[in-house]
Amino acid sequence: MLELKDVMISYKNVPTVEHFSMRMKQGQIISLVGESGSGKTTVIRAILGLLPGGGKVTGGEITFEGEDILAYNAEKWRKLRGSDISMIFQDSGAMMNPTKKIGTVFTEYIRTHEKISKKEAWAKGITMLERMRLPAADNVMNSYPFQLSGGMRQRVGIAMGMTYQPKLLLADEPTSALDVTIQAQIVRQMMQLREDYNTSIIVVTHNLGVAAYMSDYIIVMKHGRIEDQGTREYILKESQNAYTRKLLDAVPSLGGESYV
Amino acid sequence: MKKKNRFLQNKTFVVFSVLALCIILAAIFAPVITGGVDPLKGSLMDALLPPCKEHIFGTDKMGRDIFTRVIYGARASLTATFGVVALIFLIGSVMGIISGYFGGIVDAVIMRVADMMLAFPGLVLALAVAGIMGASIKNAIIAIVVVSWTKYARLARSLVLKIRDRDYVAAAIVTGSKTPYMLLRYMLPNALPTLIITAATDVGSMMLELASMSFLGFGAKPPAPEWGYMLNEGRACMQTAPWLMIFPGLAIFIVVVVFNMLGDSVRDILDPKNE
Amino acid sequence: MQFRLLEVNLMSEKREVILEANHITKKFPASRGRTLIANDDVSLKMYKGQTLGLVGESGCGKSTFMKFLVSLDKPSAGEILYRGTDITKLKGEELRQSRQHIQMVFQDPTLSFNPKMTVRDIVCEPLLNFKKIKRSEKDPVCKRLLEMVELPGDYADRYPHNMSGGQRQRVAIARALALEPEIVVLDEATSALDVSVQKTVIELIIKLQKEKNITFGFICHDIALVQSVAHQIAVMYLGNLVEILPGRDLSEKAMHPYTRALMGAVFDINMDFSKPIESIDSEAPSPLDLPKGCPFRGRCAQCMEICKREKPKMTELEEGHSVACHLYRR
Repeated sequence: MLELKDVMISYKNVPTVEHFSMRMKQGQIISLVGESGSGKTTVIRAILGLLPGGGKVTGGEITFEGEDILAYNAEKWRKLRGSDISMIFQDSGAMMNPTKKIGTVFTEYIRTHEKISKKEAWAKGITMLERMRLPAADNVMNSYPFQLSGGMRQRVGIAMGMTYQPKLLLADEPTSALDVTIQAQIVRQMMQLREDYNTSIIVVTHNLGVAAYMSDYIIVMKHGRIEDQGTREYILKESQNAYTRKLLDAVPSLGGESYV
Repeated sequence: MKKKNRFLQNKTFVVFSVLALCIILAAIFAPVITGGVDPLKGSLMDALLPPCKEHIFGTDKMGRDIFTRVIYGARASLTATFGVVALIFLIGSVMGIISGYFGGIVDAVIMRVADMMLAFPGLVLALAVAGIMGASIKNAIIAIVVVSWTKYARLARSLVLKIRDRDYVAAAIVTGSKTPYMLLRYMLPNALPTLIITAATDVGSMMLELASMSFLGFGAKPPAPEWGYMLNEGRACMQTAPWLMIFPGLAIFIVVVVFNMLGDSVRDILDPKNE
Repeated sequence: MQFRLLEVNLMSEKREVILEANHITKKFPASRGRTLIANDDVSLKMYKGQTLGLVGESGCGKSTFMKFLVSLDKPSAGEILYRGTDITKLKGEELRQSRQHIQMVFQDPTLSFNPKMTVRDIVCEPLLNFKKIKRSEKDPVCKRLLEMVELPGDYADRYPHNMSGGQRQRVAIARALALEPEIVVLDEATSALDVSVQKTVIELIIKLQKEKNITFGFICHDIALVQSVAHQIAVMYLGNLVEILPGRDLSEKAMHPYTRALMGAVFDINMDFSKPIESIDSEAPSPLDLPKGCPFRGRCAQCMEICKREKPKMTELEEGHSVACHLYRR
């Protein structure tokens, strides 16, 4: 479904990601893990053509459903985003206009993809929120982002991202800004998406525990390159890669090694 | 060292600071430039002479040489203006920093006093002061200062508030910094560049305020050579002897423009965004 | 004689209490006449040379409480006794002098330092504030402090913004230890660091604790991390202390439903992936207008009638382990 071949990305002519290759089937969940500066966020943004100013894919191919999406023009990108590939961010709330109600933002989003009336778009928004099991969907549509908690905002972000049942959902640190108990809720919700819609998910995270729980396959990145990759079992238990072991070793574990 | 270069590299700054320097030197060396002519003395026989070889700016109603009075007028204008700016800068900044740092009642009181001052139109206050204490440059200065310090107070306060709740300020307090130390080494350096820029750009407007006061009769008293007052004097003969107003007016214009441009260039140089 | 000494040493597992917080409450007035209770009757003890971990999610009041320890704010009620003196009642110079004993490391290494100060200025400032060194002594003192946190001496002239996150936190630790305090509060001190860097900083902290017998207050949202470094763990929820227990007992003996929920929600690399992650489906209520009774009511799977009426008090289950829950009343 998605393939990246030897992708090279640079920011202002400084190479940031090199020789990144990956293959993904429909319904898979893959995590990109790494520390800051590893390039994981850069890769995921490149897939959606959302590299911030100065960023360019300077080599390699990105194919989605057989098509070379790097060759897409603006019009084709617009069609792709939201309907086939969608993204949720670390702070969905920050991506929304703080002066507009959720309902307004959501209906605008819907109406860029479909030519329907505001009323119909509103109804669709409510249906989507309910499907994502958000309580009091009406209330949520009528609220401003700052009136909702971080967890709620993320769920709204997921609802919006899933409106057109994209084949691929990209999640950039979706739970890093959330409390532990809310994080668990969101992760469960995301995995339910695969159950219900067979959505493929690429999760970028620095949290190895989340990555391990969610994914079938894990790619470990370091300094812009793939350092190690494999199935969850391989990465957690079998890999002899020094960096992977160092990362795993550094993660505190309940009931694990104690210093005191 | 880097800062000095920034100042010298900015052409506007160099040009206008040279001009400003000329103006200041002219004021200081007034006797030399005017060849020892007394700005206060004149013979009625020479009254209202148009510009000529002997009196290049003409003479006024009392026969005094206008050129001399314009040059000496620079003294009055400049000292009064710098006095005003220095005072509002000092008073306003101190009040603002204290208000912002201590918060609570201190902040409330200072800000309410500032609000009260803002509510007074400067002119009305000048009238009151002139009425009670008589018209003079000193009283005009007092009136303007009383009304204008609030701008600096508000500015200093907002600059302090911006950093007061930052972790490094808390860290300095937790590690035992005394309050005067916090004010001088943390709050003030953060606020100073912006305050200086404001002061530099205010020189021009304060000069106009003072001139206006004198023009309206609340400032300089006769026979002092002061541009605003000279404008006032010349009003009566505007049609017949326009040179009484033209030259003092031109002087105000030139000096205000020079200092405004200087202030602008200082702002461009010190603007934290350009760092 | 030697035999006797050994006995005594074994017995001073009897720890020395150096700080006691009693019935700390903090209320903030909020809009429309409501009150935000950030801390509600919190009582904690800190022991010499041991780490007290304070765990909770956002809004639990741990940051508010931490501010009281370093006297950056005063509680509405209650006392904090440091070696017998109530630091919440100190003012002026007395307060300033007392600061030497309780220091702090902040969360965000990018914001904890004055951008105009070099590392040398930063770590020597506390000592100059209390006139413990002269300006001429800054160089050797700085070198010693940097060595203590395993940073090279030539970093003295650098600016923190030119250093990595981990290095900055080491500078922050050096600054906190400059005055040789008895207590250091670490406010999410490793949360902003990469996981491998976090490990090295934690190891440094542990090493320093053993060398200098420092008491740490470790505030953190990561319960797994807290468990690995704390001798006692205190769990907070919506301004209330819900459980205190020894760190090593967490996995086996944690009793409060919220503590168990926190542990259940952790994504652990050693967990059984076939089991679904435990999550409480609801969200924490707004801290304003908290309803009567237990703060965890409404989200607790074992909520009973009494939980809705009466707030449970902290009850001691065994030495060092107390819980505020109606399930465990004596």
